[in-house]
Amino acid sequence: MSYHSFLLEPISCHAWNKDRTQIALCPNNHEVHIYKKDGNNWSKIHVLKEHNGQVTGIDWAPESNRIVTCGTDRNAYVWTLKGDVWKPTLVILRINRAARCVKWSPKENKFAVGSGSRLISVCYFEQDNDWWVCKHIKKPIRSTILCLDWHPNNILLAAGSCDFKCRIFSAYIKEVEEKPAPTAWGSKMPFGEVMFESTGTSGWVHGVCFSDSGNRVAWASHDSTVAVAEGGKTAVCASLTSETLPLLCVTFITENSLVAAGHDCYPVLFVYDSNKAAMSFGGKLDVPKQSAQKGMTARERFQNLDKKATTDSKEAVLESVHKNSISQISILNGGKAQCAKFCTTGMDGGMAIWDVKTLESAMKDLKIV
Amino acid sequence: MAKNTLSSRFRKVDIDEFDENKFVDDHDEPADQQGPDAVEVDNLIRQGDMMAALHIALRNPPINSRNPAIKERAQAVVLRVLTSFKSSDIEPAVKSLNKNGVDLLMRYIYKGFERPTENSSAILLQWHEKAFAVGGLGSIVRVMTARKTV
Repeated sequence: MSYHSFLLEPISCHAWNKDRTQIALCPNNHEVHIYKKDGNNWSKIHVLKEHNGQVTGIDWAPESNRIVTCGTDRNAYVWTLKGDVWKPTLVILRINRAARCVKWSPKENKFAVGSGSRLISVCYFEQDNDWWVCKHIKKPIRSTILCLDWHPNNILLAAGSCDFKCRIFSAYIKEVEEKPAPTAWGSKMPFGEVMFESTGTSGWVHGVCFSDSGNRVAWASHDSTVAVAEGGKTAVCASLTSETLPLLCVTFITENSLVAAGHDCYPVLFVYDSNKAAMSFGGKLDVPKQSAQKGMTARERFQNLDKKATTDSKEAVLESVHKNSISQISILNGGKAQCAKFCTTGMDGGMAIWDVKTLESAMKDLKIV
Repeated sequence: MAKNTLSSRFRKVDIDEFDENKFVDDHDEPADQQGPDAVEVDNLIRQGDMMAALHIALRNPPINSRNPAIKERAQAVVLRVLTSFKSSDIEPAVKSLNKNGVDLLMRYIYKGFERPTENSSAILLQWHEKAFAVGGLGSIVRVMTARKTV
């Protein structure tokens, strides 16, 4: 596990390029910085300046090497690398509130933007006009869309929203693709159709993720729960309440295991058992090196009692790698089926890379099924 | 200064009520939730069976009900049970609850904090400490994010 502190400001969002040698991130301002790995260091090679508001989402398409960014200025830009410079193309999203998240579809011919205008803009490139065009998914969304994830079939889109629901929509654009084959979530998929809507959890849905097969979707909501739904005749939902602060981001690392992280500043493993349709807590994935427990003198004990009304010797220092909330988690190697490495960035301006094999061997009882 | 000769009635209008995009919660049917059975709970307290009293008091929470009287009554019953406990019995009582029970207990505790009486806060704080040890920050977050009160 390695940790690199990029900035003092929070990292609003990040995205990796195809071979994981470059990372694009937003240092909590209007710009996007691209860093290149240089041995053990990271050097800034590009600064993308076009947005007029904070950049809230970045996604880097691995095959076509295009970056899409969206921001609070209600715009999205698609950046293409021309020689040594990234050139932006404006995409008119037709929204009147900030954009919050953006994701390329698996085939990279479309991308979806979630916004505070209570709608999702699905954008595709129209060859005739040489211009990005967007279609809106409005019903039945009633509040800001916080997070998005695409199904591997390039059609279905999972969206987590502030109206306490996680939904799966169809984002089928007939201009750019064929009619899709039936999936576990349904067979009729006209544009904007709701294939699934969650019930049972309350709280804003901060993070959503499809599994590698697309048959399962997981979401983390603000009431400190994480839930998995499996598509089928009737979708089966399993949720788990946790004793920790709310989780902000979640991702599948195998078909049955999820890693989630949030305001508690460390990633956590959850395991989903489809036979019992139940989720269980797998373990905390951040075991700090045990610092030697200093003995407390009687004087210190009395001072603690006087100041803090407790004789506890725990200092108010976080023992985890990240010193502030983790806001985004991304898979580096292995895909969502057999993830070998994943990366977390957070409000402490740092990025940590976690190796699944090392974690498994370091923590006994940790079973990643 | 010029006197305001126009009507000021518009200042009393609640503009948010007319917002067409106003978020309205889904209304679940108010299931027949009458709150816990006060008589049964009273009997158990008199007999001294505190654990059973607690479990009965935490049944049928009037979460979906829109009748404030039912909610008041339920709160009163639960508060009676909580204050009748001996301090040393609180911890085993909390341990005997399942996850949902602890969350529900937390909701009643915070409801009790809203209207403090003579010595209710002290007892509630003791309960809060024990419930927090089991439920953690998550149970408190769930109380704060719940759209419907108990």
